[in-house]
Amino acid sequence: MDISKNKLSLALSSSLNLEQVSCSDWDLIIRQARASNLLCKLYFLLKQRGVVDRLPMEVSRHLQASQFLGANLCRSVFREVDYINAALKSIDLPVVLLKGAAYVVRGAEAGNGRLFSDIDILVEKKHLEKAEESLKHHGWFNNDYDEYNEKYYRTWMHEIPALTHIKRDSVLDVHHAITPPTSNIKSNTGKLICNLESIEGMENVFTLSSVDLILHSAVHLFQDGEFDHGFRDLVDLDSLIREFSEQDEIFWERLTNRSVELGFQRPIYYAIKYAKLFLNTPIPHAWLQRIEKGRPTFPTLMDFFFGRALMPAHSTCDDRFTSFARWALYIRAHYLRMPLYLLIPHLIRKAYMKRMEKNKTAAE
Amino acid sequence: MNIGSLSEKEFISAIQQEGVAFRVAGFVVKLQTPFADVGKCIYLLYFDFPLADLNSFIDFHMEIVPPKGVRRWYCPQVEFYFDGFRPFKPLPRDQAYAMFEWSFNWCVANHMHNYFIVHAAVVDKDDKCIIMPAPPGSGKSTLCASLVMSGWRLLSDELALLDLQSEHVYPIPRPINLKNNSIDIIRNRFSNAVFGPIIKDTAKGTVSHLKPPEGSVLSASRVSKPTWIIFPKYLAGSETSLLKRSKAQTFMEVAKNAFNYTVLGRDGFQTLVKLIDACDCYDFCYSNIDDALEEFDKLRESK
Repeated sequence: MDISKNKLSLALSSSLNLEQVSCSDWDLIIRQARASNLLCKLYFLLKQRGVVDRLPMEVSRHLQASQFLGANLCRSVFREVDYINAALKSIDLPVVLLKGAAYVVRGAEAGNGRLFSDIDILVEKKHLEKAEESLKHHGWFNNDYDEYNEKYYRTWMHEIPALTHIKRDSVLDVHHAITPPTSNIKSNTGKLICNLESIEGMENVFTLSSVDLILHSAVHLFQDGEFDHGFRDLVDLDSLIREFSEQDEIFWERLTNRSVELGFQRPIYYAIKYAKLFLNTPIPHAWLQRIEKGRPTFPTLMDFFFGRALMPAHSTCDDRFTSFARWALYIRAHYLRMPLYLLIPHLIRKAYMKRMEKNKTAAE
Repeated sequence: MNIGSLSEKEFISAIQQEGVAFRVAGFVVKLQTPFADVGKCIYLLYFDFPLADLNSFIDFHMEIVPPKGVRRWYCPQVEFYFDGFRPFKPLPRDQAYAMFEWSFNWCVANHMHNYFIVHAAVVDKDDKCIIMPAPPGSGKSTLCASLVMSGWRLLSDELALLDLQSEHVYPIPRPINLKNNSIDIIRNRFSNAVFGPIIKDTAKGTVSHLKPPEGSVLSASRVSKPTWIIFPKYLAGSETSLLKRSKAQTFMEVAKNAFNYTVLGRDGFQTLVKLIDACDCYDFCYSNIDDALEEFDKLRESK
């Protein structure tokens, strides 16, 4: 793995003198940023550093253009949250936002320029049925219903199949936990709900606490096995850690204690290690040692896999092991998610369904 | 140095190997394709466009390639890749060049949100332009082709690129995509018209691309002031008529034909308000091209 191929991480972590970057390097940075869905994020970071206006026009206009997408997304997130709130408030349930939408409504740095397509919310399992019912009354349906997927999600997953709004086409992911019930790391939704933080000016809308947002992001990235946006998620972690550690004097203590309490030491070890490696995230030395407790048995082996999978999903960042690494981590994620006797039939079924889909497309 | 300063053979071999970068008005595109016929078409229709350095900053990295798997040979298809990303399903092999043109539209309309982008033809005289938004089948491209073959400057046949600050239209004078009967109408009327190959059975019927006039290509860096918005409609046997239409209605109609009206939010709204304020708005109905050209000349002289 050659980390220097990742020009984007150099640009994001201000390790480059941007005024001396050549045209062909800018070409790479913009392409890698676009492929990782980070163009708008790059815009915000460079603007903060006051360099956007000093870039060559042909480069800056791509960044400026993406900023419109970010602003538009931001508007629609607030609008959607109002609609979701109307659906859940009517049955006395709070709106608990996760991931991207949470960063945006909190006004966190991580929300600036983050592009995403779904809104994720957390509903306690005991309220799931009535929440679904009310969301349905407000126009959210499961659009591509498939019996196997439905059964799989309902039995083994920590979320229900995605809901799409019948008029606005917006997509809503409803979670009842942040890891699957059969996962090697069990999550306790009750504990997360206890620490919710409210949003100023938005009645009945909450997010996880700042520390829990980081833990969730880490668990999502290092347990889930979908690395198309791996680098983007790492950039989230970098932003969240930088911002919250500055706001809160005992941030590191809180983070490590909470990771022990929830059993998330392993994902937080990975998160901090790779955020530091790729994005130069500032981590106090003492805490670097504390998180060593979450170290895996074969850290070098995991470097081989994560080091590749976490690169921007762009051909200029790949080497000959990249697709193998992403594939292996996909399998690993399933293995972590469920025991083998469930996993193997599921993967066979998935492969078969994918094949059928492919044949269908080819026939068309 | 423009594309035409290479020989056709040199150009095709370059596009098949590392690809060719060229400048289309404000954009640098790089295209790589193993298909000699696509190279040949681009050589013919983009002859006057300047070449660019492969090491310069490139706005759109494009590839037109055969799919992996059996569809490379069996009922062959082609695919478009935007820097490794495949936004569309494959098309039949003989639509390769048309796929390049459609994908080019997609590249601009989906990424360049620093323009207010309207699906419209734009033609210009004396740096004042007519914006003609219209749904497919309205005779917009036929009218646009006739105008530019009669001395009007082509700004675009598909994409009106409006600047968000300066209220100007930026040219992007690419080949004009003509459909079905319009191909013969233009070919018969203008003997100097240069066409790419006839491509049959596309989603839009039979299509062929008209080479943009050299003058329009050479002046592609000169912006133009929007002065008229005209909704053309070809109606067989009809009298030529140019009727004023309401500005409010025109606003709504242009917004509907814009690619990024919602993306731009307030900026989109304000740009559109300025545009509508600055333009005279008409509905135009025609069946005879000579009469249509005369009507447009009269309109130009009125300002």
